[in-house]
Parts: sequence; C-alpha cells; structure tokens
Amino acid sequence: MSRIGKQSKQWGEFWIRGWMRLTTLLSLVTTVAIIVLLLEESFQFFKNVSPAEFFLGTSWVPLLEPKSYGVLPLLWGTLQVTMLAACLALPLGLASAVYLSEYASPRMRGILKPVLELLAGIPTVVYGYFALTFVTPLLQKIFPQMQVFNALSASIVVGIMILPMIASLSDNALRSVPESLRQGAYALGATSYEVSTQVVVPAGLSGVMASFLLAIARAIGETMAVTVAAGQTPNLSLSPLESIQTMTAYIVQVSLGDTPSGGIAYQTLFAVAAVLFVITLAINIVSQLILARLREAYE
Amino acid sequence: MSRISTQESLKKRHRRARNFALLCSCVTWLSVLILAVLLIQILSTGLGWLDWQFLTSFPSRFPEKAGIKSALVGTLWLILLVATIAIPVGVSTAIYLEEFMQRGKLAKIIEINIANLAGVPSIVYGILGLAIFVRALMLGRSLLAGALTMSLLILPTIIIATREALVAVPDSIRFAAYSLGATKWQTVWHHVLPASFPGIMTGIILALSRAIGETAPLIMIGALTFVAFLPEGVMDSFTALPIQIYNWVSRPQTEFHELAAAGIVTLLLVLLLMNATAIAIRSKTERRLK
Repeated sequence: MSRIGKQSKQWGEFWIRGWMRLTTLLSLVTTVAIIVLLLEESFQFFKNVSPAEFFLGTSWVPLLEPKSYGVLPLLWGTLQVTMLAACLALPLGLASAVYLSEYASPRMRGILKPVLELLAGIPTVVYGYFALTFVTPLLQKIFPQMQVFNALSASIVVGIMILPMIASLSDNALRSVPESLRQGAYALGATSYEVSTQVVVPAGLSGVMASFLLAIARAIGETMAVTVAAGQTPNLSLSPLESIQTMTAYIVQVSLGDTPSGGIAYQTLFAVAAVLFVITLAINIVSQLILARLREAYE
Repeated sequence: MSRISTQESLKKRHRRARNFALLCSCVTWLSVLILAVLLIQILSTGLGWLDWQFLTSFPSRFPEKAGIKSALVGTLWLILLVATIAIPVGVSTAIYLEEFMQRGKLAKIIEINIANLAGVPSIVYGILGLAIFVRALMLGRSLLAGALTMSLLILPTIIIATREALVAVPDSIRFAAYSLGATKWQTVWHHVLPASFPGIMTGIILALSRAIGETAPLIMIGALTFVAFLPEGVMDSFTALPIQIYNWVSRPQTEFHELAAAGIVTLLLVLLLMNATAIAIRSKTERRLK
C-alpha cells in the first residue's frame, strides 16, 4: 500500500466516488423517465380521446372499427382477477405464516421456507402454462360451461403465485412480535389458538397488512399468467367462468402486433400503463408507510 | 376482539387449539403439494420431448422438428449481458448509499424511490425499454435493448440485497481498517466487500434468476418468437426461453403445449444450475472467511 503515492490514491477515489454517484442517480433518473414518458404519451392520447370517455366508457375496442376507448372493462378484468386471487391467497398465506412462526419446529421451517421460495421463484409464464393445461381442464369437470380462457383459473394461479410472498413476509412480521407477549398470554392460561389469533396476529397486524398490500400490487401487475390463461376479451361480465382481458394482457396483445409508433393504438399502451402504474404505486406507498411506522414502533 | 370465555370448557378450548394447529399445518403443506403437482405435471408432459434433437434444433412449424437452440442461446447471452450491466451498477449504488452517502433527506428520497421501483410491474419496464432503448436510442429489437431493459428491472433487487449484506458486516471491521490508516474506499474494497460477498452473491443470483424468467418486458421490446439463427453480437435480434415457451403455450395444438412443457423443464434446469452455482460459491467463500 505504501508504494501507491498519496496523490494517485486520491485521484483513484475521486473517480470511483464519481462513478458511484452516477449510478446512484440512475435510480432517480429511471423513476423520472417512467413518469415523464407515461405522462407525455397519455397527454397525447387525451388529445384524441376525452378523459370522460376513457374513464367512464364501458366498451374497450381500440383496434377495430367502430373504435371505443372505455378502460372500465380492462380495469374490471384486473380487479376481478386480483380479488379472486386475494380471496384465495390472503387467508391461506396468513394461516401458513401462523404455522411457520407459531407451530413449526426449526427443522420444519428449514424445509418449508425453501419450498415457499421455490414456489415464488417459478417464472410467471410457467404458471400461465399450468393454468391453461392443468387448472382449466380440472375446473371444466366441475363447471362444464366454462370457457377455455377464463378469469377463474388465472385467478387461482395468481393466488398460488402471491401466496408464498404473503406467507414469508407475514411470517417475518409475526416473528418480530416480542416473545414476552406470548409468554404473558400463555401464563394467563390461553391456548395456542387464543395466543395466535388474539395476541400474535393483532400485534403483528401492520406487518401482515403490508404483506397483503405488496401481494395485491403484485397481482395487479401480473402479466403472463393472465395473458395466457384469462383470454383477450375485454368484458364487464360478473362471471369468472368467462374470458376477460386485464390491463397487462391488453398491453401484451398490442405489443405482439405490428403497432406503428405514434398512432392512437400506440398511445393507448401508455394510457393503460399509466393507470396500472398509478394504482400499483399508490398501493406500494401505503404499504411502505405502514412498514415505516412499524419500524418506528419497534425501535 | 372477542374475550376468552371462562364458561367454555377447557376441553373444548384445547380441542379448538389442536384443530387450528392442524388446519394451519395442512394449509402450509398445501403449498408443498401444489409445487409437487406443478413439477410432476410439467416433467411428465415435457420429459418425453426433451432430447438432444430438441436442444439443438431451431423452432419449427412441425412440433417433432422444433427445438429451442436459439432460445437457449438467447437466454445465455441475456444472462451474460444483464450480469455485466446490472452487477457493477447495482453494487456500486448500494455501496454508495450504505457506506458513503450522508444520512439526510436526499438519501431518504433515494431509498424510498428504490423501494418503489422494486414494486413497479415488469411490463411498465417493458414499455420504458420500448420507448427509450428500442425507439429513442434506436437500438432496435436487439439483445442490447433487451439486456438494458432487464437490467433496469432487476437493479432495485440487487441494490436492496447488497445493502442488506453490507449492513450485516460488523463495524469493528471498518474501524480496524481505518485505525491502520486505510482510506474509506480501501476499507470498503479490501474488507467490507469480501466480508459481505456471500450475501451479495445470493442477492445477485436471485435477481438474475428473476431476469431469466421474466417474459413480459421482452415481449414489449419485441423479442421475436421465431428466430431461426443464433445471435452473433449484441445488436442482433434474439429470442429467449420464456418467449419461446409463451409462443408454444399460446398455440392451440396439444403437441405445442407439450413442447412448452419441455421448454419449461429446460428453463427450470437453467435456473437450478444458476442457484446451485450460487450456493457453491457462497459455501466456498464462507469457509474461507471463517
């Protein structure tokens, strides 16, 4: 080290620090780029289509004549899949988290946690394949009138996809509940059921909520499983057995075709993506606020 | 909140506790069952198609002649490029945030911003890549455009994981280096980074695995589904494993669905190989550090 002159050492660090500052700025630039891009192209879009038609219209036919640009069917498709997936994954995920944090032996945890990580690491296109070739045929035995592409089987695999996330994050939240609370309740004669449901889960509730929100945001942004399994039919129907289209699936559909840059069809991509971005951003921010408050409470 | 009722017999309360424990454990094992069913279904469908011919043929209209050579090579190119771009950028951002930057408002904003970027749907990154790399920078539907888009997508994951690994390094190591006259950078480079290497490695592999499986951003930037040649440089158009799988899944014929299963087996094998490498590297360095 002594062979290196002090001067060159300082110069080297100067460049390294400069490079690190630059890369750190890149994360801010990315966010700004996303926002500017979505705003600018959506602005162009709203020059051609009134916001009232976009947000209140009930028919989405952007590629065929007569065209109409009501985003509600896409929004409903996304909402339907998200709600059904949440109905499946939130209770199951929480129950798994309770098992992992309250009941499982360290050895069990050592087996189950990696399995959950594996389940979370499987690419989403694989879940799409699974929905189309396994879940749908299975469900068609129960509901013979079910269409090949339908919201229900897509929702089920999206639920399976977000379940490990909820289980793992909620498990962390429940484990951070101080042991003294549990011991206190047990000392008063509570059973493990009463301790779990009336002490541990309420105490860890904000962390559990944050995990729910993150999982829901993930379900809203989920693309490949719903593109493969839920179909390409924008639809306001209440039945989950029919083919629908989510916002993400629409974006994929358009980008698969040859869409000339600059036309209205191209601009719809950005308008729909902007809606998607705003919704997921809002949910993510709320969940971060909850987590930040949680950190304060425990520090 | 309901109160614990004293009228309820103790026996009943204990039975409920037992049933609850059983229920929770069944639900957790359900995940294991689902994973097993998923893997068995894919393996039983796909293994029959997975042979040397499948690995070394280009895609084709005829299922019995189709293969995934171009997709496999495209994915390998993509891993290499994304790793070259995202690792230096992500790790240096994390080092700067954790070791150099003053705690303050700006640091807080950047931190929140990175957490938010991690939650942005991948398809939005795809749109960003389409507008900036493919159109504005005129990289076209090239490997480079795909790799840049994927790098942006996984940067937040790498940064967050690297920061966690850096935080875990005890301060005593830093103080020891400073007390011997090391500069800040020397401390980080020679002491903090080696000590946090296993953690950083794990984060990087997880992030790269995510990049390999992501489909939507590549569809957005226009990775082609029918590529009957191998890319020879970063400006060539390409296809990747998840794109090829999607292409086969979205066809109506059953034979193509079976091909998709074989493609999925290949994809999962690549992922497995990467994770095994990560574990091997980690255990090796952990032993050395101890």
